[in-house]
Amino acid sequence: MAAEGKTIDALSQFELIPVLGPVGRAVGFSQSNAHMLLAVGLVSLLMLAGIRKRALVPGRLQAASEMFYEFIEKLVTGQVGHEGRKYFPFVFALFMFVLFGNLIGLLPYAFTYTSHIAVTLGLAATVFFLTTIVALALHGKKFFGYFFPEGAPLWLAPIIVPVELVSYLSRPVSLSVRLFANMVAGHVLLKVFATFVVLLGGLGMIGPVAALLPLSVNVLLVGFEILVAFLQAYVFAILTCIYLHDAVHLH
Amino acid sequence: MEHRDGFDDRLRQARNRQGLDPDPAKGKGSLPTGPWGIGFRAGVEVVSALVVGVALGFGLDRWLGTFPWLFLVFFVVGGAAGVLNIYRLFNPRPGARP
Repeated sequence: MAAEGKTIDALSQFELIPVLGPVGRAVGFSQSNAHMLLAVGLVSLLMLAGIRKRALVPGRLQAASEMFYEFIEKLVTGQVGHEGRKYFPFVFALFMFVLFGNLIGLLPYAFTYTSHIAVTLGLAATVFFLTTIVALALHGKKFFGYFFPEGAPLWLAPIIVPVELVSYLSRPVSLSVRLFANMVAGHVLLKVFATFVVLLGGLGMIGPVAALLPLSVNVLLVGFEILVAFLQAYVFAILTCIYLHDAVHLH
Repeated sequence: MEHRDGFDDRLRQARNRQGLDPDPAKGKGSLPTGPWGIGFRAGVEVVSALVVGVALGFGLDRWLGTFPWLFLVFFVVGGAAGVLNIYRLFNPRPGARP
């Protein structure tokens, strides 16, 4: 499919295709949405099946769910402090959604919904509005002091305030672009080297031998992509925590 | 959950012996600090601040009908915000991170 007409077509994997026949086409239900539902289902299944037995000595599923729970719980309390515990469900849901999106996308024939800027920007905008609303609710008008550091000379305000404002507004952009760019870059690389395998494999006698080279690169890349999947979900969660910390403590 | 027979203590000791527990000082959610991670993060911070500045300038210009001027101003502001983001990356606001 990728090597049709002997060209490298690395971007068609990100195309949205309606699923569920005419119903899906009518409401614009694409495979991206289907994978989101799948991820939510899998996360729920993991957590529900994990805590079902409540064994003293956890089994595999329980150990996995407890590990995720404790990991994010430590992250939130470590970054935001004790007041941050209220935001744990939000950060946990966000982390699991991004992580499962990244991981499911690595399976063959699957779609990576985190490779779409619309999805990641939506998530980042949620984080942005939540942190802003939390800061406004907790600190009221004092929140606007965030854009002007104490002790700076007043005549610098026309310069400092726009710069701080743009810096603050750039948070959701950098948050979303980081995740989106990492996922797109990884999947494009995988596709390009997979296409090399197909193209080189068709080169007569030496073809299959030469094709081993990109194939081994792809094996390494898949391992690397699993690392990136975890790392980017982690970065997304920790940056959310840092922003929440700024919102709660307002420095 | 507390156990009667000090099971947690013994488990912790055993895990420490085997090196299974990450160092509590550094495991507590610091951002990844590899050269690639820092480099990529810095690049994204600069570009995103610049993009936001340019978009803001364009938007205000279209609204107020002052085409090139606010765009130029916010281009510079966006660049400055990008540099500020980089500065914050290495020197967070005082007390912003434990």
